[in-house]
Amino acid sequence: MFHTEDFLKAFKLHRGDAIVVPGRGGKHWVKMSDQPDLDLPLGDPAMGGHAAFAFGLALAQPQRRVVLFDSEGDLQMGLGILLTIAEQKPANFYHFVLDNECYATTGGQPVPNARNVDYALLAKGAGYPRTFAFTELNALTAALPDILGQPGPVFVTMKVHADVENKPINERVRWRTKSWIQVVSDLQRKLGIAA
Amino acid sequence: MNDGSPAHLSPQTVLGQLKQHGVTHVVWLPDSETNWLYLLMQAEPSLTLVSVPREGLACSVAAGLAAGGKVPVILVQNTGLMESGDSIRGWLFGFEVPVVFIVGMRGWNRHGAPTADTASVYTEPFLNAFRINYYLVESDADAQRITVAFNEAKKTKRPVAVLVGDEYHGFNR
Repeated sequence: MFHTEDFLKAFKLHRGDAIVVPGRGGKHWVKMSDQPDLDLPLGDPAMGGHAAFAFGLALAQPQRRVVLFDSEGDLQMGLGILLTIAEQKPANFYHFVLDNECYATTGGQPVPNARNVDYALLAKGAGYPRTFAFTELNALTAALPDILGQPGPVFVTMKVHADVENKPINERVRWRTKSWIQVVSDLQRKLGIAA
Repeated sequence: MNDGSPAHLSPQTVLGQLKQHGVTHVVWLPDSETNWLYLLMQAEPSLTLVSVPREGLACSVAAGLAAGGKVPVILVQNTGLMESGDSIRGWLFGFEVPVVFIVGMRGWNRHGAPTADTASVYTEPFLNAFRINYYLVESDADAQRITVAFNEAKKTKRPVAVLVGDEYHGFNR
């Protein structure tokens, strides 16, 4: 098990010009990314759906890699999207899951069957052609160039420490600096997409 | 049941509307009346069909497609529309996605008589609760309402619904 922030630092070296949907890694990623117009830090638009959103983006922009840092809680809310992604086979989609075994933003309550779910096996069973699971940062860091060098859809799950939030919502530090509309608008301008 | 009315909504009409409005992706989950439309869409090279196993996921897929510059439409049954509430709120309203829902009205009866299926009873109150405008389409003569829905979605940057009230009229060929 390792810290999300340390993984993101390692990933940053291999990002290239990928679009990044940082999901639950967002609060760390926005502080270290040097291509913010290619980032989509979204926070919590709805309960679940990050994978579906990032997948839709990957379908729309097939010439550019789309990297998602999903979480196991978000994924559990819409597990069926694994089937859709596997069916469509977006070659530019890289699906990382930060598995902290809990709902960290609501106080750290365990997700269903928290310690016993094999997400890589679920993805494999859904039809992802390439899946990986890591518990050690060194192993993941060493494998990253190979993982990102393979055609998608690629699924990578990793065990990370939980950054548990227990403060009331209105007392938490707001890490998102842009609205959802601004985030999308900046991306579209960067990619030359007419709004 | 077919009441013998000649006023049917043909799948070709719906497909024509999708093409007319530049739809690139149909994010969908089949309902009981859309198989013939499915076959037409499948044969249409300008459309990519993206099937989802639960309708709420269609909203976040559509939001991603729209963010990437594509024109999705969401084709679902009214039951699934109602399942999608929080995703509509967060992913479609939140991101101002100008998407049209094409909604099969399970339980709909053109003559207003109640059916055993409660799905259509709750559909309009659901849409009203979410302040989603909707247009009822029952026959080819109503096709212009689909155009109105597409134009309104684009202008308002909000989801707009087309309710296909043809449940018992052979939309499935």
